[in-house]
Amino acid sequence: MGRITLEKVQKKFGEVEVIPPLDLTIEDGEFVVFVGPSGCGKSTLLRLIAGLEDVSDGEIRIDGKPATDLPPAKRGLAMVFQSYALYPHMTVRKNIAFPMKMAGMDQAEQDRRIAKAAGALNLTDYLDRRPGQLSGGQRQRVAIGRAIVREPAAFLFDEPLSNLDAALRVGMRMEISELHKSLETTMIYVTHDQVEAMTMADKIVVLRAGHIEQVGSPLELYKAPRNVFVAGFIGSPKMNLLGGSHAAAHDCTTIGIRPEHLDVVASGGTFTGRVGVAEHLGSDTFFHVHVDGIAEPMTVRAGGEVGLTHGDTIHLVPQADKVHRFDDKGLRIA
Amino acid sequence: MATQHSRAAARLMITPAVFVLLVWMLIPLCMTLYFSFADYRPMRATFEPWIGFENYGRFLTSSAFTSSIVTTLQMVGGILCITIGGGVLMALLLDQPIFGQGIVRILVIAPFFVMPTVSALVWKNMFFNVDNGLFSYAYKALGMQPFDFLSQAPLFSIIVIVAWQWLPFATLILLTAVQSLSSEQLEAAEMDGAPALSRFRHIILPHLSRAITVVILIQTIFLLSIFAEIFVTTNGAFGTRTLTYLVYQRVLESQNIGLGSAGGIIAVILANIVAIFLMRIVGKNLDT
Amino acid sequence: MARAISTNKKIMWTSLAWGFGLVMFFPILWTFLTSFKSEATAIADPPVWFLFDWTLENYTAVQERSNYPLALSNSIIIAVGSTILGILIAVPAAWAMAFVPGKRTKDVLLWMLSTKMLPAVGVLYPLVLLAKWLGVMDSRILLIVVLMLINLPIIVWMLYTYFREIPGEILEAARMDGASLRNEIIYVLTPMAVPGIASTILLNIILAWNEAFWTILLTTVDAAPLTKFIASFSAPEGLFYAKLSAASMMAIAPILIMGWFSQKQLVRGLTFGAVK
Repeated sequence: MGRITLEKVQKKFGEVEVIPPLDLTIEDGEFVVFVGPSGCGKSTLLRLIAGLEDVSDGEIRIDGKPATDLPPAKRGLAMVFQSYALYPHMTVRKNIAFPMKMAGMDQAEQDRRIAKAAGALNLTDYLDRRPGQLSGGQRQRVAIGRAIVREPAAFLFDEPLSNLDAALRVGMRMEISELHKSLETTMIYVTHDQVEAMTMADKIVVLRAGHIEQVGSPLELYKAPRNVFVAGFIGSPKMNLLGGSHAAAHDCTTIGIRPEHLDVVASGGTFTGRVGVAEHLGSDTFFHVHVDGIAEPMTVRAGGEVGLTHGDTIHLVPQADKVHRFDDKGLRIA
Repeated sequence: MATQHSRAAARLMITPAVFVLLVWMLIPLCMTLYFSFADYRPMRATFEPWIGFENYGRFLTSSAFTSSIVTTLQMVGGILCITIGGGVLMALLLDQPIFGQGIVRILVIAPFFVMPTVSALVWKNMFFNVDNGLFSYAYKALGMQPFDFLSQAPLFSIIVIVAWQWLPFATLILLTAVQSLSSEQLEAAEMDGAPALSRFRHIILPHLSRAITVVILIQTIFLLSIFAEIFVTTNGAFGTRTLTYLVYQRVLESQNIGLGSAGGIIAVILANIVAIFLMRIVGKNLDT
Repeated sequence: MARAISTNKKIMWTSLAWGFGLVMFFPILWTFLTSFKSEATAIADPPVWFLFDWTLENYTAVQERSNYPLALSNSIIIAVGSTILGILIAVPAAWAMAFVPGKRTKDVLLWMLSTKMLPAVGVLYPLVLLAKWLGVMDSRILLIVVLMLINLPIIVWMLYTYFREIPGEILEAARMDGASLRNEIIYVLTPMAVPGIASTILLNIILAWNEAFWTILLTTVDAAPLTKFIASFSAPEGLFYAKLSAASMMAIAPILIMGWFSQKQLVRGLTFGAVK
């Protein structure tokens, strides 16, 4: 079981407050992703939960039991590190066995669990190799294997895919998601990549400067970002954020229109501009459009068949019910 | 990174090392400081605990001190010139594609591992000796009068011996630095049309400047306390008495502890001036 | 990327480099050759190169000199003893500084290094006095302690740089995996640190073996190591080049071999990480 609650948890490094008092509940079996730009405190928050950092104030409970003062080993959590943190002098088998050996588990049970984990992670043929002889993806699996065999209350992942190349990352993303489906164990996953967050999470926690900006399911965050920051952070390509007269027309300070909610029309339209860069991907076309009076080029996602290129004039109309409105504090106006 | 518990354990683990070094540093140094203000000559059973700065005055104004400073500067300067100049050339040479690079490296580095007394004696007897040394044979073979190195040019002889021992050190460190220069940077310069000499001046030398500074500082600290080489070759005679050697003679040979201690304190101060610069470089590197 | 180099150029560089290398190595080579000559051949004019009656008599003669075995065993005991003692004190300190760095860690490290820069003559007399007072003058234990102290900053420093290369995440992983501090040290840290500790030991034995200030001035006979033993050859006594060479070879051979193995560590250990 892995229900984790944080109550007024706070972290200071000396005088610097990295995480202001913060409340958060993670339900048993949930896949929660902490996402935010680098330096937002997401890794620190994870390490507080892991027990690798002392909490300055507040309380952490795991399954209702206070865990604030427990050392990492006693919390029943397993962690997969960004650098994998495999023991270079041990074989894959010994790496996976290490937590069980530390727990004093009997050999037969250890072997059974290693075999099961290795089977599930396609590592059976590599058990006698050392980490140095494995590829990045294989090392990643060993790190996960080492976490699984402990049968922890929750898994903690600290940017586990950031050292892999793009293709492997997509594959590992699916594997971790499937693992979650089959184990049904709580997972907390830290990343700066909003695509990972959107594709994997049951619940996303968006952080900025130690503050929680919004908590919600991927679609909630996409459909109803609570403020300008979340609006700009979630979604790819980024939402177009406009101020000035365009916003005034909607009776607010800032409006946000996602690239996929701008329609290309033959003439007229709300915005008229010139195509700067056109990225033809086949399935989609992305246009970066220079509109008079708007400093940043607007991004537009159109169908693959739209044949406009650099220098062409383009007319755009936002889908009326998809325009997000924000007030002068950057908060969403419903 | 750390929790309270591990902090306390860490402090406990550092304590023995700090303690022994603190004792090692403070007790003898304080004693030297104390003696330096005393008139203490055990052979004559003289002990006057406080005579103010008289020892310092006498030590600093003696002709022996002035000449020892000159000797020290000449010796250290000479050795530094040879080792740095030679070290840069050797490092660049060893960085070239050559057959048997590993073996050449071993040959070049070997002198650094030779015991100081051994190298001093080998050079003194088998190379510099006026009757049976190899150099004398060479002079004779060329039809010249053999040259008595150790009595005619004693300072130069010691410089040669010590430079031979330290050239490998400079070479090794500068080679490490040369190898860390990215070849792309040199190729970019080549594409920009820089000839070999200006590539050396504008790219290689600036890249090496830090390593050269470090070599100079570290060698200076070690060279300021050259002892064995002087001890077994000239025993401080013929203008080879460095500050270190002068202090040694005052303390252990003439047993004028007060005067010698004042000299020792002066040596400590001089070494610290060099050390401050070295510490600054090392300290900066620690942050990264 | 490496480019093809013309063979001519390579031959030119090779001969130049080998030339310099042989010049540097020549004194050692010459000592080596002389150690196998008879005393008369050793000072023959013109010098004899390779074609002489190779003999081992110098080596036997030196070993028969009453104090050679004693000096050798003193050298070994002092170098190894001071190294072991230094490692025992330095490993915990370096471990703590590398993995639990505090605000003052940097200052402590720099302060330790600064003690290395204290000129020996500055503390010469007090040390002689203290040694006499404690009755340990000319004893191995005195030299073990003194050499340990002068090299301790280098040992701590080297171990610190090695330990710092061990990623902190691995130790955290061990902690997450339920390892106690003791198990963390036994199963994770020590195996990963062994290569670094080994090269530190190697370099330190070399430094202690060749130390020639304290070993000469704090010993007379009983604890005199090879440095002092060799120095006793400084007064020429007729024909002695061959024996001097034999004694020298015996004093430097083991260290020369160890030294060649520790070239890389040398840079790290003696520049305090300022050159990488």
